[in-house]
Amino acid sequence: MSDASFDSTSAAVTPGDAGFSDYFALLKPRVMSLVVFTAFVGLLAAPGSVHPVVGLAAILFIALGAGASGALNMWWDADIDRVMKRTRGRPVPSGRVTPGEAFGFGMTLSVMAVVMLALASNFVAAGLLAFTIFFYVVIYSMFLKRSTPQNIVIGGAAGAFPPMIGWAVATGGVAPESLLMFALIFMWTPPHFWALALFMKGDYESAGVPMLTVTHGRRATRAHILVYTILLAPVAVGAAFTSLGGPVYLATAIVLNVLFLRQAVAVWRRDEATAAADGYRGEKKMFGLSLTYLFAHFGAILVQQALAPLGLGLGGW
Amino acid sequence: MGLGRQHELHKRRFGRNLGLGLVLAGFVALVFGLTVAKVGDDGFSMQTQSGAEN
Repeated sequence: MSDASFDSTSAAVTPGDAGFSDYFALLKPRVMSLVVFTAFVGLLAAPGSVHPVVGLAAILFIALGAGASGALNMWWDADIDRVMKRTRGRPVPSGRVTPGEAFGFGMTLSVMAVVMLALASNFVAAGLLAFTIFFYVVIYSMFLKRSTPQNIVIGGAAGAFPPMIGWAVATGGVAPESLLMFALIFMWTPPHFWALALFMKGDYESAGVPMLTVTHGRRATRAHILVYTILLAPVAVGAAFTSLGGPVYLATAIVLNVLFLRQAVAVWRRDEATAAADGYRGEKKMFGLSLTYLFAHFGAILVQQALAPLGLGLGGW
Repeated sequence: MGLGRQHELHKRRFGRNLGLGLVLAGFVALVFGLTVAKVGDDGFSMQTQSGAEN
C-alpha cells in the first residue's frame, strides 16, 4: 500500500536537530493506519478470542513493525526520495535525520516489534511479522523496486500480510480466510499504485524507478489497471461466501466492485490529452476510490463479526 | 555550564525528549498490562497448579 500523500509535506528544508515528529514521520504513519486497521480486522475475524490487552499490544507491535520497515525503506531509498517531489520533504532526504539514525531507528524497532509480538502472542505471528519486514525492506525496497516494473505487484505482498498476522495472533496459525484477506490487499495494490503513478507524472521517471508508466508507457498502465481490477473482483466478492462474509459484506463488495470496475474502465478509455486537460481527475478519482474500497471491504468484515451473534454473520451462510 | 542553567539545546530538544518520555512511559504501562493479562490467564494458573501437584 502506498503512503502516497497528497501531503505536500513541504519541500522546504529545515536543517538542525530532528524533532519527535521527524522520527514519527519515519514510521510512515499513513501506511501504519492501514496496517493497524487491517490487522485489527484480521484479529477480530479469527475464531477464538484473545485477552483485550494482549490484542491491543499485538496490534501496536504489528504497527511498530510496519513503521520500522518504513524507516528502513526511507534509509535505503533516500537517494530516490531526494529526487521525487512527493518525497523530498521526508526526514532523511531533507537532512533532518541522518541515514545512520534512520537505519539504527528502523533496526531497533524491527527487533523490538518482533520480539515483543512473540512474547505477547505467539511465534507464528512474530515470524510472519519478521518476514513482512524482511520482504518489504530487502525483497521490495532493495531488489524489486529498482529492477522490475512488476515491483509493486510482488512488493504488494508486504502490505497484504497484516490481516494474516492479526489472524495468527488469535489462532496461532494460517487459514484459508486469512489467505483470502491477504489476496484481497495483494490484488488491490496494483490498481491503487498505478492510478497514483499515472497522475504523479514524471516523479518516478526522474528518480529512475522502473514504474510501469515509465517502462511500458501510460496506455499499457491503464490496461493493467483494468485487468487487475477485473481479477480483484471475484476475490473480493468471493470472500462473502466464507466465514469472513455475510449479507452486509456481500452488498458492500458488489457495490464497490461495480464502482471500481466502472472507474477502471473510465481510466482505461481516457487518453493522455484528456487526462492532462482535466488535471488527471479520473485517475485521482480511481486512487481515492481505491482507498475507500479497501477500508469498506475490511469495515464490512468487521460489521459481519459484530452481526454474528444475530445470526447474520458466520452462521448466516 | 552549570546543571541548572538552561541552554538553547534544551529548548530545541524539549519536544523530542518529552515525546520519548511519553512513549517509554506508555511502553512500560503496556508491558505491565500484558504481564497482568498473562498472569491472570487460565493457562498460567493451570501450570502453577500442576507445578504444585508435582
